[in-house]
Amino acid sequence: MALLEVKDLEVSYGVIRAIKGISFQVEEGEIIALIGANGAGKTTTLHTISGLMKPDKGSVIYNGEDITKKPAYQIVSMGMAQVPEGRRVFSNLTVLDNLKLGAYSRKNKDEIKDSIKYVYEKFPRLEERKNQVAGTLSGGEQQMLAMGRALMSRPKLILMDEPSMGLSPLLVNEIFDIIRSINENGTTVLLVEQNAKKALEIADRGYVLETGSISLSGDAKDLMNNDEVRKAYLGE
Amino acid sequence: MEFLNNVINGISLGSIYAVIALGYTMVYGIAKMLNFAHGDIIMVGSYIVFILMSRTSVNPYIALLISIAACTVLGVLVERLAYRPLRGASPLAVLITAIGVSYFLENAALLIFGSQAKNFTSFIKFPSITFGGGAVVIQGLTIVTIVVSLVIMIVLTLFVNKTKPGKAMLAVSEDQGAAQLMGINVNKTIALTFAIGSGLAAIAGVLLCSKYPTLSSQTGAMPGIKAFVAAVLGGIGSIPGAAIGGLLIGIIEILSKTYISSQLSDAIVFAVLIVVLLVKPTGILGKKVQVKV
Repeated sequence: MALLEVKDLEVSYGVIRAIKGISFQVEEGEIIALIGANGAGKTTTLHTISGLMKPDKGSVIYNGEDITKKPAYQIVSMGMAQVPEGRRVFSNLTVLDNLKLGAYSRKNKDEIKDSIKYVYEKFPRLEERKNQVAGTLSGGEQQMLAMGRALMSRPKLILMDEPSMGLSPLLVNEIFDIIRSINENGTTVLLVEQNAKKALEIADRGYVLETGSISLSGDAKDLMNNDEVRKAYLGE
Repeated sequence: MEFLNNVINGISLGSIYAVIALGYTMVYGIAKMLNFAHGDIIMVGSYIVFILMSRTSVNPYIALLISIAACTVLGVLVERLAYRPLRGASPLAVLITAIGVSYFLENAALLIFGSQAKNFTSFIKFPSITFGGGAVVIQGLTIVTIVVSLVIMIVLTLFVNKTKPGKAMLAVSEDQGAAQLMGINVNKTIALTFAIGSGLAAIAGVLLCSKYPTLSSQTGAMPGIKAFVAAVLGGIGSIPGAAIGGLLIGIIEILSKTYISSQLSDAIVFAVLIVVLLVKPTGILGKKVQVKV
């Protein structure tokens, strides 16, 4: 059984249909890359999975349960977290407060402390800046905070929306290394990226989204060698 | 000495404005909407205390507690029935609805309690303090009002910054979508904000009617709008800002009444709002709105 199964999903903004019936699965332990151009519907797909948007048709099955109609705040405690596009950290709150909010759905204080320690191990920079207001962090640090905050709910599945956006090439490498290490620690990752090359490098499998439909899918390596993908997304 | 007495009187009125402004600012800060019905909840709360005190033999402080509970429920109901269906609608639609709720409450009160103004008898008994051989008098009610508004401000600040539901409010105030992704129930958090704001309105109602004992369906309207001016002056969304704004508006109103013209005092208060909006639209302690590109 797949950890996440998206079936015939259709989503619209008003009269504009953004997602036109897509289906895909994420197996436990995988890194799945969802690549595509600007406006292809990547973020809409993630928002529908995490419950921020409701689909017109289709369903989202997570861990064997239909979560299509569940509100976003209930989905978090089922073990799904999202790192939103543009980081969306709480810029007036401190780094530590942001992390604690990530554990909002959890009760056990000792376990939350352990999670904070785990996040600080992954992102030592966050520990150095724990009392700093998040709005004063650099873009890379805010990305780390958004990822750390998502990890605070101890997710089985983490949805990442454009984690490399606006970062320097050096930082992009660092962020992707961390995504891989999060996955090695047992968290399944659904990664949405415009940086197709980087995403396919660390992914097990990939899906190519084109104006609301999935045009290609397969092993990440095969996709990287696919002529269409190379031309359209890898700039070769 | 007369000047000092007037300033003290202004602080007393200003503290009441501060309590009302705290309700405005909480709701604005977290739900990003102006609840113009806030002043009318004050009126409803005052009527509840008045009815309980005049028709039953219940202890006035118990009556106040009942009024706080009733206003809390009323605030949550108003949010649930009138504002929640408009979540995500344009701010203008929400604003007009708030004005509609305000008229609804005022006219409902007119229908239920009649147009005859009631005489509210204060139950706050506290000794006055005199200075300078009787030249400066601080009335008991003034002392109680100042202490109550200070305590409310401190408790609210601690609640918002130190407790889990308070932190959830801060998260919701910044980004409702991201707050949901943390597992925060945004609707519940906003309802809690309305509950707190409306409970405060009940307290403000008793303080207001103890100072100006005429109770009618219009009782809350003008103080509500002045408290809104106070909240904007202090920086809407800011808890200490509401307190500072309230005090300033109270002092400005009393001093204008005494030294300029009692008929012009309201005009002067609203002129202050216009000047603030022109010179520093974010208010004294208001945060600059970050425009994301």
